[in-house]
Amino acid sequence: MTIQEWFDKRKEAQIERRAKEMRGIEDASPSLWIKCVHCEAQILKTELEDNMMVCPHCDYHFRINAKTRVSQLLDEGSFEEFFKNILPTDPLKFVDSESYADRLKKAQDKTGLDEAVITGIGKIEGHKIAIAVMDFDYMGGSMGSVVGEKVTRMMEKAIELKIPMLSVTSSGGARMQESALSLMQMAKTSCAAGKLDEAGVLYINLLTEPTFGGVTASFGTLGDIIIAEQGARIGFAGRRVIEQTIHQKLPSDFQTAEYLLKYGQVDIVSKRKNLRKTIANILDMHGV
Amino acid sequence: MGFNMAVLEFEKPIVEIEKKINELKKMSAESGLDMEKQIKTFEKQAQDYKKELYSKLKPSQKLQIARHQERPKFVEFVDLICEDFIELHGDREGLDDRAIAGGLAKFEGKPVMIIGIQKGRTTKENLDCNFGMPQPQGYRKALRLFKHANKFNLPIITLIDTPGAYPGIKAEETGQGMAIATNLREMSKLDVPVISIITGEGCSGGALGLAVANRVMMFEHAYYTVISPEGCASILWRDAALYAEAAEALKITSADLLKLGIIDEEIKEPLGGAHIDYRGAAKNMKNAISKALKELSKLSPEELKEERYNKFRAMGQFIEG
Ligand SMILES: [Zn+2]
Repeated sequence: MTIQEWFDKRKEAQIERRAKEMRGIEDASPSLWIKCVHCEAQILKTELEDNMMVCPHCDYHFRINAKTRVSQLLDEGSFEEFFKNILPTDPLKFVDSESYADRLKKAQDKTGLDEAVITGIGKIEGHKIAIAVMDFDYMGGSMGSVVGEKVTRMMEKAIELKIPMLSVTSSGGARMQESALSLMQMAKTSCAAGKLDEAGVLYINLLTEPTFGGVTASFGTLGDIIIAEQGARIGFAGRRVIEQTIHQKLPSDFQTAEYLLKYGQVDIVSKRKNLRKTIANILDMHGV
Repeated sequence: MGFNMAVLEFEKPIVEIEKKINELKKMSAESGLDMEKQIKTFEKQAQDYKKELYSKLKPSQKLQIARHQERPKFVEFVDLICEDFIELHGDREGLDDRAIAGGLAKFEGKPVMIIGIQKGRTTKENLDCNFGMPQPQGYRKALRLFKHANKFNLPIITLIDTPGAYPGIKAEETGQGMAIATNLREMSKLDVPVISIITGEGCSGGALGLAVANRVMMFEHAYYTVISPEGCASILWRDAALYAEAAEALKITSADLLKLGIIDEEIKEPLGGAHIDYRGAAKNMKNAISKALKELSKLSPEELKEERYNKFRAMGQFIEG
């Protein structure tokens, strides 16, 4: 499918949804409206969706889940999911105010996902790519054994098939409920990224709102090219932890994609609507 | 136990008994009465009590020993297990992070690269090395030394004692996460033996950034965790004061981590902890390193790399449906 066809498809969907929306307005259902967290404008939910979950008034990029991300980035119908059979367990029988087993169940019910990452193969403007997309709604996108294993297997698949790898991160960091096993996923995924590197496979990181802790300090930033989505907050330590440590107020744009670009930590900051094209161009220039 | 040393709450009964024994000895000397038998009995009781106490420490108590102000530091271990240490400084990009130190040294007569996280004891020392919290430049210095060791075929020993990588403005601006990530990746590619020892605190990615090793060892009362028990308690229990519960749940002790396959070996500490007897602790460490180096010297560069990779590749627990 060409980009034009893709946009045409989106337009069709848009018209269809507009029609639904008109019916919805007649019902005067309040859930049809979403308040922009940035400019506080009331936006029609469908209008927001048609605009890739970006506020049409102030360009604020709403956080999106993994499924939406996959549908926005990949050619329609091109995605084939891999490693869906890797499922979480509760190795430490971890219980805090709630048991880990219950938290997993809740996260699965909330997101319809088995774990905090979707992995598979798809196409971006015809370029075949291995992809791992994290979902923040699933326990804060935290990395436990399953996330580590799926990301690692996807990298191994990319090497096997000689196709580029793309990671899309959205994570608060490590999965505390798996403790040291979670910590070791940082080592595992980074070692796998080393294999990608040695195999000469192009590895692209897309950092999205928010990417922190163990994911920033492992596979999330080991790409050959690092792209950050506009407005995303990215860092190692959380803002609150830093403020408590240094007893100092931080600049308001601290740890934003734009801030990191200024300090040389990312290659590109991109608006959501340009991501597909940008990645496709990069793939094109690497002949993959 | 030295009476001038900071005494931990659970150690107080021991201090009391030892005080009484000393009084008895003094009394015996002054009065000329033969109390030797009585003293011997008390000493044995004290020793038994100590053994019992230290074999059953709770994770939160080990935490206190691991963080003990008098716990031996990197420089002291280097002094006790190596000869002719030549420190190598700087990341070559503008900083010499004092939280990580490293250099060439002789271990049992053979050259090695030894790198470790530094903590201080006085306020001045602690400010100098940032309380053992490295900045990206520290990890990059370590990486430079890893590569040097790799080039000249020197085994690498890392000693880890950190509450975590430094959470600061400059650290974020200069890529704290990426610096750690790069070390994890690059350590997996090394062709030389790598041995890492958690000597005190092994907290989160800041510790792991020096610990992708063929052999990961840990002192008996050290702790190794994805997040500090206090941090975990404040997030999951919404109260940092409940850190003892978090310490329990996180499975941070050498015994637990050995069972989980996270570490390869536990190094015993002298009774009462490494801070009671530096030489005893260093001797045990030296023996463990010596044994591991002998085993690893049998492997080819390719095998060393592969063994290390496979070990970390296999980490994690999940269901394959
Ligand atoms: Zn807005």
